[in-house]
Amino acid sequence: MSAPLLDALRETFDALPASRLAAGGLGAARRAQFDAALADGLPGARAERWRYTPLRALERRRFGRADALPDIDPASVPAANLPRLVFVNGVYAPALSRVDGLPDGVALYPLSQLLETGDARDAEFLARRFPARDETFARLNAALALDGLVVRVAAGVRVATPLALVMLGAPAGGDVAVHLRHLVELGDGAELTLVEYQAAAAPQAHLVNSLVQAHLRTGARLSHVRVQREDAGASVFARTDAALASEAHYARVDLELGAALSRHELNIALQGRGARAASNGVLLADGKRHVDTRLAIDHAAPDTRCDLVWRGLAADRGRGVFHGGILIRAGADGAAAHLSNKNLLLSPHAEIDTQPVLEIHADEVQASHGATVGQLDERALFYLRSRGVPEGEARALLTAAFCAVVLEAIADADLRASLDAELSARLPQVAA
Amino acid sequence: MLKIENLHVSVAGKPILKGLSLTVNAGEVHAIMGPNGAGKSTLGNVLAGRDGYEVTDGTVEYLGRNLLELEPEARAAEGVFLAFQYPVEIPGVNNTYFLKAALNAQRKHRGEPELDAMQFLKLVREKLRVLHISDELLHRAVNEGFSGGEKKRNEIFQMALLEPRLAVLDETDSGLDIDALKMVAEGVNHMRSAERAFVVVTHYQRLLDYIVPDYVHVLADGRIVESGDKNLALKLEEHGYAWLRDRQLPQARA
Repeated sequence: MSAPLLDALRETFDALPASRLAAGGLGAARRAQFDAALADGLPGARAERWRYTPLRALERRRFGRADALPDIDPASVPAANLPRLVFVNGVYAPALSRVDGLPDGVALYPLSQLLETGDARDAEFLARRFPARDETFARLNAALALDGLVVRVAAGVRVATPLALVMLGAPAGGDVAVHLRHLVELGDGAELTLVEYQAAAAPQAHLVNSLVQAHLRTGARLSHVRVQREDAGASVFARTDAALASEAHYARVDLELGAALSRHELNIALQGRGARAASNGVLLADGKRHVDTRLAIDHAAPDTRCDLVWRGLAADRGRGVFHGGILIRAGADGAAAHLSNKNLLLSPHAEIDTQPVLEIHADEVQASHGATVGQLDERALFYLRSRGVPEGEARALLTAAFCAVVLEAIADADLRASLDAELSARLPQVAA
Repeated sequence: MLKIENLHVSVAGKPILKGLSLTVNAGEVHAIMGPNGAGKSTLGNVLAGRDGYEVTDGTVEYLGRNLLELEPEARAAEGVFLAFQYPVEIPGVNNTYFLKAALNAQRKHRGEPELDAMQFLKLVREKLRVLHISDELLHRAVNEGFSGGEKKRNEIFQMALLEPRLAVLDETDSGLDIDALKMVAEGVNHMRSAERAFVVVTHYQRLLDYIVPDYVHVLADGRIVESGDKNLALKLEEHGYAWLRDRQLPQARA
């Protein structure tokens, strides 16, 4: 007796041509992951990592599969000026994408192209198995993802222009499940900025399951920005797994602004000495939205460092869930880990659950964490109003100020301005 | 311009103002003095429209309108300005951005065209020059990390920029050294005009050496108990507020 959600995905899996599933020599791996997902089912209330994000309502829904590309106005697609790969309902859209003018040493292509015509060895990352019972979405992704973005940057190549990954949801004659798998590989000393958009071309209630794997070799630097502004009906399950070699640096900013249900698991393994991660983000839960971000930073080597700065806003009947997990393993001496999570509750019916968790097994570490939940400062609000700023604008100003620290780390001025614009467009709706 | 009659105000159920009456005409400067706890700050806050100040009786008429029914931002746009005793620090909100938003919101409310960035900066430079304030304050977040003196200068600067018709200064002199005090006074004196009125709330007579008031009122236990000209302030300075308590004065009329 399995859930309608899984039943429908089984029909999808069974209907996929064997040749597509077997491409890249992945047939057996896909089957194994699919069987494992079905056998263990969706994580329930007793799965610790899913305690605050119940899936019972989602489990009862059925999602089909989109094959055809709907018409999309190119002007409505984010990242207009950047080289970009665009996926609509999980299908690569060449007409909306732009891959010309990339510097030597950068390979950027859709996963579907790799599976059809590429070297099977380049697709090996897809054979990865997800052992834990609650990794249902990763297993489903491993089984069903036939497309996604692949970018490889050769050693020593510094890519000046940001590249964009755009995932668009569009009406498809019914609710569909989208599975996308992405790979980012940076060679020694390579540098890249990746901008990821999860957005809606039109209202829909799809299920998006997106998994990014990032490998940063020695001294590589990846700046990764993610803007999630899906339609208010959509459900988004995103996972990012990054592995950093020594002296590699991974800096990311997440803006969680949309979707009915959004869960992001960000797993960063600091595997080499001196590897550094910086993760900043805004979680915005208004309306009836449920937004859950779960960080797991793994310090496995000495002198590694992480700085995590997250701000949460919950309004109306929204619910924000934040888990900041930091593990410092034995031997990771000299590690430094700092987590700041501040939250604003803007309505009595909204809810914030924040949980900083530090687990330290090494000596000589520096670790700090702080989590707060509060309300807008009424004195500041009155001060602004007493100068003539209307209440709604004053609230928007204060919420924007509350989130401002998140964007401070972005060095690229154009990128920072565009993210600032994303926030400025969204915050007044929350603050009103 | 401002006509307060028999104003009763409670804060958290506790009566603070108990029948205050005061009339302020355009062009006048009124000083309100009084001991701590007399209700001086309550008067400023209730005029600016702060939440939590419950008017239980009386009226406040401003330019022929019922001031109490206006939202704080509408009062500001109609020309009421309160210089805060404790200006609020607002991290993350740039001072210049805030001032431009405030000025343009007021202009919009009044049906005047909004100023663009160039026009606004020109105005700001002009006001800074008059007040001898460094433009360094502009680049910081609103009052964040400002010294006590800098906060009060910022209040006066905002007043100069927003050009209110009725400015209420709530203990703007508290915590100021003599140079800052003179600067505050210069700012006010520079703005004195036949169309504008000031209500200067202070605990000490010192400020009134530099801002010479037309009228001085003594506020005690929620009411104005004595009114006079600037000499009343000197008398208070000499005898202290205890001197008042010994006198059973009828409520004064301005």
